[in-house]
Formats: sequence, C-alpha cells, structure tokens
Amino acid sequence: MAITSPSERIWWKQPIARIELIWIIVAFIWGLIMFFMMIYWHGAGEQNLSNEAYKITPVRFAEKAQTMIDEYTVRQENGFPVVRPPPGSDVYLIARLWQWWPILELEKDQSYRLHLSSMDWQHGFSLQPVNINIQVHPGYDMVVTVKPDQAGEYGVVCNEFCGIGHHNMVGKIYVVE
Amino acid sequence: MAKTAEFRTCPTTGLKVDLTAERLIKANAVVAVVFLAIGGLFGLLVALTRWPAVHFLPADWFYLALTAHGFDVLLVWIIFFEMAVLYFASAVLLGSRLAGPKFAWAGFVLMLVGALITNVAVLRGQSSVMFTSYVPMMAEPSFYLGIILFAVGALIGVFVFFGTLVVAKQEKTYEGSIPLVTFGALTAAIIAVFTIASGAIILIPTLLWSLGFISYIDPLLYKTIWWGMGHSSQQINVAAHVAVWYAIAAMVFGAKPLSEKVSRMAFLMYILFLQLASAHHLLVEPGMSSEWKIFNTSYAMYLAVLGSMVHGMTVPGSIEAAQRARGLTKGMFEWLRKAPWSNPAFAGMFMSLVFFGFIGGISGVVMGTEQINLIMHNTIYVPGHFHGTVVAGTTLAFMSITYLLVPLIFRRELMFKKLAQWQPYVFGIGVAGISMFMMGAGTLGVARRQWDMTFADAQLPFDYPSAAFLMMGLNGMAAVMAAVGGLMFIVVVVGSVFFGRKLGIDEKPSYPEVPPQASESLSHYGSAEKLHIPGTVMLVSIFFIAFVLYYFVNWKYLSEVWPLS
Repeated sequence: MAITSPSERIWWKQPIARIELIWIIVAFIWGLIMFFMMIYWHGAGEQNLSNEAYKITPVRFAEKAQTMIDEYTVRQENGFPVVRPPPGSDVYLIARLWQWWPILELEKDQSYRLHLSSMDWQHGFSLQPVNINIQVHPGYDMVVTVKPDQAGEYGVVCNEFCGIGHHNMVGKIYVVE
Repeated sequence: MAKTAEFRTCPTTGLKVDLTAERLIKANAVVAVVFLAIGGLFGLLVALTRWPAVHFLPADWFYLALTAHGFDVLLVWIIFFEMAVLYFASAVLLGSRLAGPKFAWAGFVLMLVGALITNVAVLRGQSSVMFTSYVPMMAEPSFYLGIILFAVGALIGVFVFFGTLVVAKQEKTYEGSIPLVTFGALTAAIIAVFTIASGAIILIPTLLWSLGFISYIDPLLYKTIWWGMGHSSQQINVAAHVAVWYAIAAMVFGAKPLSEKVSRMAFLMYILFLQLASAHHLLVEPGMSSEWKIFNTSYAMYLAVLGSMVHGMTVPGSIEAAQRARGLTKGMFEWLRKAPWSNPAFAGMFMSLVFFGFIGGISGVVMGTEQINLIMHNTIYVPGHFHGTVVAGTTLAFMSITYLLVPLIFRRELMFKKLAQWQPYVFGIGVAGISMFMMGAGTLGVARRQWDMTFADAQLPFDYPSAAFLMMGLNGMAAVMAAVGGLMFIVVVVGSVFFGRKLGIDEKPSYPEVPPQASESLSHYGSAEKLHIPGTVMLVSIFFIAFVLYYFVNWKYLSEVWPLS
C-alpha cells in the first residue's frame, strides 16, 4: 500500500505495465507539442510580445508622453486629451493613480509602437472587450506594437490592484476607419 | 538523547504512534481548521461583494477582506495542515519517534504568532496590499514580519520532518524504502525549503524597505522572486494533496500503487521542475525574453505536468485495480459505481482528483502558455483557475483525509454522519462552480481584485457585457454553496474533535469504514502482466481529449485579438 513500505524491496526493478508506459509516452509527446506550439506561434502567429523594454524613470516617461500629447491632441473629452498620433509612431500611455492618460485615437489596420509605463505602483493594462492584458511596471517602458483590426471604442481597465481607487481606473482607446 | 518517546498502538492499522507527534498533528490540524473558517468567511464576503446584485462590502473593506482571505487560506490554513501531514507521513507512517519535538513546538508557536501578527496588520486597515504585496505598494512592517515568522516556523517544521526520516532510518523502524505517501510528503518538504528560501530572500529586504532602511526594490525583481515563493508554495500543495490521494486510496481501498517506480518518478518530476513556475506570473511583463518565458512556464517542456498526468492515471488506476481484485469486475465502471460514495473521505478525494485535473490542471496549463496568457492575465480567470487547484484540489483533499484523522488520530467518533456524508458534495460542487464561473467571467474580460465592475465612479465610462454580470452572479451563488459546505465541515470536525465520543484504547472506529487488513488480501495484484484498468483508461482518455480541445480552442481565441508584436 501507499502508506506502507513497498512490498517488493527492489521496487525499482519491477516492470512497468504497458498501459502506464503508453500514458507516459502520450503525456510526454503532448508536452512536447505544447512546448513547440509556443515557439511555432512566434513565427506563424500574429499575437506575440516582442519583449522590447527599457528602464526609464517616471519623470522621463511623462515627458515623452507630454511631447506626444502637445503635438497630436485633437480634442478634449471629460478632461482627458484625445491624442491622434500618426500611424507607425511611438505612442505613450501613462498609467497612474487612477487614470490611463491620455485617450488615444488610432487608425484601423495601422501599426503603432505602444509604450506602457507606470508613474507610481503596478497597474494592469486590460484592453476591453478585446481582452488583451499586459502588466505595467513603474521604471520599465514596455513597447508593444499593436495593430487594431476593428474600428470602435475600447475601454482600458486596470486589472492590477492599485489601491482604493483601482476600480475607477478606466481609460479609452478609439479606433477609427 | 532526550527522554524516551511514548507510543500507543493503533488498533486499526497496528501502527506505533508517537504521542508527541500525535499531539502536534492535532494542534496543527486544529489551528489549520480555525484559519480555514476565518479565511473562508473573508472569502464569502469577497464573493458576495463581487456578486453585482449584492455588492456587500464597501470598497476599503473589500480590499481588506480580499487580502485577509488570500493570506489566511492560501498560506495559513494550507501550511498548518501540511505540517500535520508531514508529521503524520513521517512519525506515524514510519512508526518512529518525532525528531526534536521541542523544535516542532517552537515552529508551531512561531507560525501561529506570525499568522496572528499579519492578520492584525491587515485588520488595522493599512495593509490592504493583497496577498502578493507587490512593491512599490507598501504595507505596515508587521505585515511582512508576520509572514517571515510564519515561514521560519514552517521551515523548522520541515526540518523536524527531515530529522524524523533520519531517526526512523537509523532506528530501523521500517523495512526497505519509505512508503509512497511519505515519499510524496518528502517531495512537498523539499519544495517547501526552496519556497521558504525564496520568501526569505524577497520578504526580508521588503521588511527593511517598509522600515525605511532600503530605499528601492525593483518591482520586476520582487515579482520574480516573490513568485518563487508564491507559486512554489502551491506546488507544495500539489505534492501534499497527491500524497493524500494515495493515502486515502490506501486507507479506504487497501489500494496498492500500480508501480512504485512510476509514481515516485512522477513525484521526482515535481522536485526537479515545479519551481520554474514563477514564470507563470511574468508572461506579459517587461524585461523577460521569450526564451526564458517559454522554458520556465512549461516547466522545461511540461515535465512537471507529465508528473501530474501520471498521478492522474495511477491514483484512480490503483483504486480500480483494488476494486476489481475485490470482485467488482463487471463492465467498465462497476468498480467506480460501487465505490463508497457515502464515505466522505472517498467522495471528497475522488472529486478532488477529478476537479484538480479537469478544472485546475487544464486551465493552468492553458493559462500558462506564453501567448495565451495575453488574453487571461489578471482577469478573474486566474482566481478561477487556482480555486480549481487549491480549493477543489488541495482543500477538498485535506478535508477528506480529516474524516480519517478524526477517528484515527484524534480518537473521537465522527459526529453528524449525515452532514459529513453530504459535505464533500456541497463544498466540492460549490467550489467547482466558483472556478468555472470565474473562468467564464475572465474570458469576458472581468478584472480580478476589483470592487466595482460597473465602474460607476470612474471618470470615463465602460461596460462589461451582460453575460459577465451573469457569470459573477452565478459565482456568488456558487460561493454561498461552497461556504455552506465549508461550514458543514467545520461543524462536523470541531463538533467531533471536542464533543465526539472518545474511542476506547483498543476500539476500532466504525465510521468512515476502513476495510480490515485490505493490504493482505490484495498484495499481489497490479503486476505488469495482470494489470487491467479499462475504466481508468477511459477516464484518462476523456481527460486527454478535453485537454487537447480546450488548449486549441484558446489558441483560436487568441488568434482573433489585435495583432501584437
């Protein structure tokens, strides 16, 4: 029994039943398939993180974002600037207690280098209803190249707990034709 | 040498039981159950708050309750119970005296004091930082101090376990190799050393930081090492509850492992590879390469998953073989149909096995896939997954073995037998509901650790789809059911332990039923030539098909979101 010492003293020389062996092999191969699937997707799939990231101070990141905001703001909404940067450009989204700043307006089927960083604590970039979720750290500038493929209005929810105003931290991204 | 240990002989199993070890098992188990009750209550409050129609707690209390819930059940309940499991698997199963009982008591006291300190810190309201306490969000120093003391106490307990193995070996209290269950406990203990070391490496600097002696802790570094503790501690649970599955299969059915070699290799896979799982929490973080993520998140090509899949066959397989040897050979499933479903130890154990595999296991692997994590990270899918592993898996397994420990170790007759009989079903199905509904809500984007899914006070509006609200409502109802199941467990166990009829010194408990001398009559099945377990093969095949389908469905979901590179 499992609660007593093995009845055969030399248990490691006992043969393994065929059915167990088959299952081990099946499970092992399945593991390899799942492993190589991730590698395969880096080549064949369209949803991958480049893992491009830089150390940055919150002050420096805020400056870069402000430069973008000054240059490309097209209107105001609820006190947020709505920024429409040119396709292909570097786009900055500030995460801070408790805002995603500014509102971005992107063009459908164009690529943007989206930079994410936090001014204070950790935050979670959760693009809804697409459901893309990326962790945002203070001190790190994470670059993700995004290519919105559907026009519409998207919410950016914070999904990393960031204090008492966490549930009020909502941002917005517009995707236009 | 210290004064000679005192023993009694167990009338059911014939094992020699060190009375000090027995007292320690009792103390750890009782404290564990108390914290399960406290942490479970916090959990119920959290679930009621996330039920949109109820929205029970105000925001500050919600985040406080969620912090307390995570700490009390994920760490305190489980680790205290694991201490009981370690002492049981070493001193009791090996018929040995416990090494250094004074150290064991010191460890127990440290754990208790630590748990209380952290709970007080949380209840004071300035440490609602969640169980993970990600920097740079800061808690009161005593929050970290309590966890550190708790961990040191646990480490002492682990070393008492190791010491007991050495004592038993030297004093030749057993023949041959240690039992499989002890081997599983050893696996858990080895992982625990790694876990606690990781915890110390990160929490001691964090304590100093909160005291003002250190000015900066890198948030990414913190997360990487913290999850070396946080995730590995869940792997202690896996190793421990798998050991508990084997123990219950042996105690209820007299089941013998199909192959000692295979089962032990599967445990070894845990020791070698489970610690890589810190990466599961870093798949969408800046600063890690994809090579690092892929290797670590897959536990080096899924070798630890392989271990779990092997246990997933050998545990039910050993039960089937034992049942067939007893004559339940009709068709594919007579052995399972005629299993003792009214014995809560078995019913809970079998549900734990099924839910851990189908709900917790599959979702964990899928969510831990580098790219698929993008559509799940930090959504409520994540707690959905780990309620499938830690609650439906570990907690249910621990509850199940408690039904055997009460008569065998506490020497009390189990009270409220009807309540006990239904308890695993109410709790198990409730928890399965919690897991599934949270996963459902998560795929619809609902954030975890979030007080108001309507965003009523946000500067910019956003609405989740109405199906998400439905899922969270159902989750609330399932949580109420699980809470009722939890309460039933507490009533039965606390009632029996304090007010149950004391069993006589030579009296064998009549409930739950343990077959007499099952091991004798069944000691020769299961050899390679004779093994015949078609029912298990069918169950495992269903599992495998579900796994493959669910895996690729999620790749399909992923392929539909915005292209990212």
